[in-house]
Amino acid sequence: MTTNLIDVQNSDVIMATSNMAENHPVGFQWVMKAKERGAKLIHVDPRFTRTSSAADLHVPLRSGTNIVFFGGLIKYAIDNNLYFKDYVVHYTNASFLIDPEFKTATDGGGLFTGYDPAKKAYDQKSWKYQLDGEGNPKRDLTLRDPHSVFQLLRRHYSRYTVEMVERVCGIPKEKFVAAAKLFCENSGPEKTGSITYALNLTQHTNGVENIRALCMLQLVLGNIGRPGGGVVALRGHANVQGATDLAVLYQDLPGYHPVPLRDAHPDLKTYLEKTTPKTGFVVNRPKWVVSMLKAWYGDKATKDNDYGFDWIAKRASGDAYSHQHIFVDMYNGKLKGFFAIGQNPAVGGPNAKLAREAMQRLDWLVVQDIFLTETAEVWKAPGSSSRAAVSPKDVKTEVFFLPAAPAAEKDGTLTNTMRLIQWHEKAANPPGSVRSDAEHVYQIGLRLKTLYADSKAKRDQGILALTWDYGDQHPDILKVLVEMNGVALEELKDKAGKVLYKKGEPLKSFADLRDDGTTTSGIWIYTGATVWDAEGKVVNRTAGRKKADDKDYLAHGWGWAWPANRRIIYNRASADPHGKPWSEKKKFLWWDPEAPSNVPDKKGKWVGLDVPDFNAFLAPDAKGGDNPYIMRADGKGAFFGPLLDGPFPEHYEPVESPVKNLLSKTQINPTAKIWKVGDKKNELAAVGSAEYPYVITTYRLTEHHLSGVMSRYLPMLAELFESHFAEISHELAKELGIQNGEKVTVMTPRGKIHVKAMVTNRLKPFTIDGKKIHEIGVPWHWGYNGVAGLPGSKGDITNDLSATVGDPNVFIQETKAFLCNVKKGVV
Amino acid sequence: MARTLAMFTDTSLCIGCRACQVACKQWNELGMEVPEWTGTYQNHAHFTDQTFRLVRFIEEPKPTGDLAWLLMSDVCKHCAQAGCLEACPTGAIYRTQYGTVDINQDTCNGCRYCVSSCPFGVVAFNERTGTASKCTFCNDRIHNGLGPACAKACPTESIQFGFRDDLVKKAQQRVETLKGMGFKDAQLYGADSKGFLGGLNAFFLLLAKPGTYNLPESPKLPQRNVVVDSLLSIGSAVVIGLGALLAFRERGGGGGDA
Repeated sequence: MTTNLIDVQNSDVIMATSNMAENHPVGFQWVMKAKERGAKLIHVDPRFTRTSSAADLHVPLRSGTNIVFFGGLIKYAIDNNLYFKDYVVHYTNASFLIDPEFKTATDGGGLFTGYDPAKKAYDQKSWKYQLDGEGNPKRDLTLRDPHSVFQLLRRHYSRYTVEMVERVCGIPKEKFVAAAKLFCENSGPEKTGSITYALNLTQHTNGVENIRALCMLQLVLGNIGRPGGGVVALRGHANVQGATDLAVLYQDLPGYHPVPLRDAHPDLKTYLEKTTPKTGFVVNRPKWVVSMLKAWYGDKATKDNDYGFDWIAKRASGDAYSHQHIFVDMYNGKLKGFFAIGQNPAVGGPNAKLAREAMQRLDWLVVQDIFLTETAEVWKAPGSSSRAAVSPKDVKTEVFFLPAAPAAEKDGTLTNTMRLIQWHEKAANPPGSVRSDAEHVYQIGLRLKTLYADSKAKRDQGILALTWDYGDQHPDILKVLVEMNGVALEELKDKAGKVLYKKGEPLKSFADLRDDGTTTSGIWIYTGATVWDAEGKVVNRTAGRKKADDKDYLAHGWGWAWPANRRIIYNRASADPHGKPWSEKKKFLWWDPEAPSNVPDKKGKWVGLDVPDFNAFLAPDAKGGDNPYIMRADGKGAFFGPLLDGPFPEHYEPVESPVKNLLSKTQINPTAKIWKVGDKKNELAAVGSAEYPYVITTYRLTEHHLSGVMSRYLPMLAELFESHFAEISHELAKELGIQNGEKVTVMTPRGKIHVKAMVTNRLKPFTIDGKKIHEIGVPWHWGYNGVAGLPGSKGDITNDLSATVGDPNVFIQETKAFLCNVKKGVV
Repeated sequence: MARTLAMFTDTSLCIGCRACQVACKQWNELGMEVPEWTGTYQNHAHFTDQTFRLVRFIEEPKPTGDLAWLLMSDVCKHCAQAGCLEACPTGAIYRTQYGTVDINQDTCNGCRYCVSSCPFGVVAFNERTGTASKCTFCNDRIHNGLGPACAKACPTESIQFGFRDDLVKKAQQRVETLKGMGFKDAQLYGADSKGFLGGLNAFFLLLAKPGTYNLPESPKLPQRNVVVDSLLSIGSAVVIGLGALLAFRERGGGGGDA
């Protein structure tokens, strides 16, 4: 999230594209606060939900057409001169000139220049800036050059008309224009708007492009880095942000460094050379990576052994280990063992039936969770009216269960959706032999070290070299946090010889990290979370509980937000190029020419309501002084930003769609990943299939959590819904003769489920290019375990319906838009 | 008596998350109930002896053709003139020093008069304990300086807890604000202490007529009907009695020599 939930109260308009009231009810208090101040709320969702009930305007759109909606808004803003021109010119790459060879999808039948059908991938050689003699990108600040990003953007979205939005998304023209006016007219120097998103945008075969489209709309309107603006990225559950920060994804090391590749990065020097840009803030990567290796390997990491770079597991350039890759590989026998920590893929992932059958082929499976989940009992899954029982005799997998403690039974931190790290203290001891996840992992590490103690094998040396000293048997989590933060390994001095840090002192800022082995930091973005007080005692800033007040509405004393306790990132953009606030009303950070500088006898400093997201003493007119997007090499927000599927987001239909793509002859994302799985385990419905005529979208409810592990086992929560259900419009129910509460069969080429029909006015059929298209909705919380005595806490598994298909950049699944059939009764 | 405490439930801020309903169950250690199919997200259909806070989900098409999904967290109203309290023969139902209405489980004899005396269908009978039960206004919490569990759990401050007079002022301002924003049916329910039942200590801000939320427009105590009915009965009895006397008199007149 670029912003902070507290700041959403300053929005003049909020566009919720996700179902925020239901899935982020606590964060939604700030939307309600904004509304109390008179802000408008637009809710864009195929269904009328609890978020819509709070909205001024509900805009229903057919699932899988988000880019048409955002592209339509971008075009509307530009055509009606509602965009924020000064922001666009100075803070984005709109003025940059692109190689003349490059053509947009408007000129390529839905494809950009460089598509190779055999590889299903792009050759991106023309996707680049034109450079001047000194190697700097050429710019046209009038934005008129036909090769400027701005003109290419206009050309690209010229097809995304109001009429096209109506035909593809099914949003009536008047409703779209009302939403466009409301959002665009509440943006600009005097006003700001924010947009929320969650899995509604990500779980598509063009998930990353969906988000880019949203970000581009915010750039067009100048809504990023400013109070009340921003991209409100809502994470799927607590600490997803922390998990991604700490490299739960296969392609990242902690702090978002790319995982080294065994073919391309033979040593540390090559790795750093190839992954460090020449300009922008990421030029500091060597300091961050070396400090991370020092945190991991301590004294064993030396300059001579590349600080232990060889010990890191590396992947080949072509390898990927996403969730979907893992389960296809497991089904195909490539993976023999699996460790599921706090995850329930028997229910929660796409094509769950495939996932369960894959796990039934493993040699061993370890499940570490708070209840005996469906995954833990995958070897004896009971049958239902739609599904055969699994006989333990047929499953050779050896299954181990490690009982884990939930958050209330352990100390530690959660990093939430707004990058805020909050320490929590244990409220009660876990019962019996239940341990925290950290303790389970710590114990495994201790035992591996004992097991490998005498090993000379090269592959074991990394485990032996690992610093692993967080306590005798029970890890002290504060020690882990201090290691993540980083310390000075010796006394550190500045150039003038002044002592900056004593030996062993936690570092206050990632700016103090060094690449010579004298500093540690497990994750550079967390540096500053712990400091020393005057007596050399650790102060845990994530445990801070100072509430917001008139002087500090963003509550900088409550927890600690990465990076550098900054609450709104890219905040240079809150002032104009000269360093003055865009308006008095939206004043946030500004250049004070009279404030004392860090250089003696000089004046000038950035001051305001947050920590500057750049050098606080860099004058606005200095070189790079108007570059708010510091993590990008050019310092500018990217309209033109090459992803694997194109530099501008383009609409393609979902892999399973009821209609042909009206925007171009390219039906689906030409770079999408579609797995071929044997035994007909991943069959797909054809475009406009008569057998599977309805769009289905899957989602979550406030009362349940993910695959249900933290809700279906708790009577007070599990009783809130009578049973698993599908939401169906009155129109479709009438066509099929279905009554509210009647059992129905929902089927796709992958599987079927039996659920109750909830017939409602909250879903309506769409009119897509003149044709009536029905969409149904099915929550995915249910599985075969639950509360005894509460039959409705158990139910069929919605993800048995979804397919193994993915976005090309991150391989996320497409569970928000696919095709199904609905039949009355149990079929 | 201490200053009257109240809960103000502003339905315009309710997002139907049901945190109040769950917090109530958790704090008051209420048991699991097997739910019934209601056809919508609401569960349970009514207040029960194990459900003291209940979020109602009301789908209501607007005249514009758009949909409104009215969400309301309902609870015992803690009436100033409480039917349950007046009907209770044992004095088990009593008014606390803060103006709330609670049931002493030790002295309740299970007669159920209170169940039928509540104009809102709040009081339920617990078959297991043989006593009447309903929202206690978290009596244990408010006597220890805490607000009710439901108000504490509410993420959007749709349920507010405080002194009644303060909350009424706030609620009146909120109605004006909402009217200014175009919610022309915004209204308070039970805020007026001169209105029905002497005012409710758990009062509401509604976005539509009370009937839309299945609330009575002007609730009355069944006991008040008893007075009228009794008078009517007495009247009838008198008429019948007089008739009978007259009849006897006629008969008597006919047989004066008996």
